[in-house]
Amino acid sequence: MPVLSKADIKEIKSKATGLRRDIITMLYRAGSGHPGGSLSIIDILVVLYYKVMNVDPRNPRDPERDRLVLSKGHACPALYAVLADRGFFPAHYLDSLRKIDSPLQGHPDMRKTPGVEMSTGSLGQGLSAANGMALAARLDGSPRRTYVILGDGESQEGQVWEAALTASHYRLDNLTAFLDSNGLQIDGWVREVKSLEPLADKWRAFGWNVLEVDGHDYASLLEVTGRASACKGLPTMIIAHTVKGKGVSFMENQVDWHGKAPGQNEYEKALAELDAGGRD
Amino acid sequence: MTEKVATRDAYGRALLELGRRQDKIVVLDADLSKSTKTALFAEEFPLRFFNVGVSEADMIGTAAGLATSGYIPFASSFGVFAAGRAYDQVRNSIAYTRLNVKIAATHSGITVGEDGASHQTLEDIALMRVLPNMIVIVPADGGQTYQVVETAAAYEGPVYIRLGRPKVPGVVPHDTPFILGRAQVLREGTDLAIVAAGYMVAPALEGAAELQKEGINAAVINMHTIKPLDVELLVHMARKTGAVVTAEEHSIIGGLGGAVAECLSEEYPVPVVKVGVKDTFGESGSPEKLLHKYGLTAGHLVEAGRTALQKKGQM
Ligand SMILES: Cc1ncc(C[n+]2csc(CCOP(=O)(O)OP(=O)(O)O)c2C)c(N)n1
Ligand SMILES: [Mg+2]
Repeated sequence: MPVLSKADIKEIKSKATGLRRDIITMLYRAGSGHPGGSLSIIDILVVLYYKVMNVDPRNPRDPERDRLVLSKGHACPALYAVLADRGFFPAHYLDSLRKIDSPLQGHPDMRKTPGVEMSTGSLGQGLSAANGMALAARLDGSPRRTYVILGDGESQEGQVWEAALTASHYRLDNLTAFLDSNGLQIDGWVREVKSLEPLADKWRAFGWNVLEVDGHDYASLLEVTGRASACKGLPTMIIAHTVKGKGVSFMENQVDWHGKAPGQNEYEKALAELDAGGRD
Repeated sequence: MTEKVATRDAYGRALLELGRRQDKIVVLDADLSKSTKTALFAEEFPLRFFNVGVSEADMIGTAAGLATSGYIPFASSFGVFAAGRAYDQVRNSIAYTRLNVKIAATHSGITVGEDGASHQTLEDIALMRVLPNMIVIVPADGGQTYQVVETAAAYEGPVYIRLGRPKVPGVVPHDTPFILGRAQVLREGTDLAIVAAGYMVAPALEGAAELQKEGINAAVINMHTIKPLDVELLVHMARKTGAVVTAEEHSIIGGLGGAVAECLSEEYPVPVVKVGVKDTFGESGSPEKLLHKYGLTAGHLVEAGRTALQKKGQM
């Protein structure tokens, strides 16, 4: 796994800032959608799609490609921004998000959007599908990897834990999961709605290799992703400590920014902040 | 009549033969492999068999993931769990995605028997048939089950196959091809048409023979594919006979009877008398006693036939 130089990190940061701009613009134009959980995972996606995953936009159905399932499907604006930037589809698609006849649905649709590997939106289902993909890779004798991103609120779904057992039972070491631990869900703080703690212990008890990381620190993200790939015999859960709404000051840690689009003033303010270099 | 065979047993054997010929066939189960008969496949192909334990939602999702990568998964459990417990997973991970997953659901209907209402799905046809992209098939006997497994594997897309627990007699002549969406006229008739599926095809043939003694000439149709429904044949028979009786081991709401009534009310309205479970849950008992108590015997079909003829006279 390559190590990031200072210049690399600067470049990734500027890439991520540009994608945050795309997310905000897309949601502003759509007039609805989910900014908070999109901004919390964008740094993870940037590391995966620019530094880790083997995907080729010119050959999006290559059987040997790595897969990513966005189990917390409502954060698809982040995925769309990345896929557009990597060239899976033209950037102007982003302007049509959530509109009639758009290839970019409100939640990911594998039949409509190039680069989307699994349709999601009903929470709790993505890890099972990712397990199936990882089992298929093993049957094929292929080294390809499967990545999946779950939400912390989403982890209250029973199916997540059914799938957690399946992954460890089948020793899916070709699977890397990220848990976007931003602490918030729709009705408030996860710890107040229904606590998941002790979270890392739970995944360990379910038979997983568990790593924790600052989900906005590129070098660390790259490093743990490498450690996950190197782990033999167990699936890996990377608990990414993130900030919901990260990068737009007035959205950060605000439950209200889970599922509403910025109005014009908010849009301009957000862009100005991002253009000024974002907040660290 | 040939030897009686449970459709689940035929499924288990058909799956094994299919697995020998096609290495993309994979099988999933949720701790019921001895009952669903996927254990046969598991024994010969342990690497292509995935028991996910008692987690039907996870089983459906895992099957979806395998299908995205070119495998043809057959996922099995009892109908009540495959269609009911995992409904949102079937809807969002398989039907909406149009993934190539086959759900083979055993122990459907009231003939589950002694396990009682919690295990007797009387609503799965309704649940599955309302999903876009989903094919719904109810084989009538063991031989037909073989053909259905082959056909489902060859078809690209989601299929729900409804199978039963008890042994059933052979009702479809051996040399009859199985064509998806093409119902089979098992007995010609001019006075009324009994449209039956699955377990109820045999009682429908018996009922028709009884009616013949009264001078009533009833046709019997094996509507093995509930979706897509064979509209052409249905309309033809409605036109020819002017009265229809439906017969299924399912609620009279939303199943075969519902599908037939929906179709004929638009295409060629004739009286449709539905024989099925009348909007109630089942209970424990032997299959025979339950079929009697819930109105699913040849005798009940004879009565329904008379009612349909009366209604025809009044129309
Ligand atoms: C099965 C299901 N139930 C409810 C919802 C509605 N919903 C959308 S997002 C969300 C909260 C998710 O919280 P979390 O996973 O923490 O997401 P994030 O904070 O990353 O946005 C809910 C309840 C859903 N999409 N699916
Ligand atoms: Mg959250």
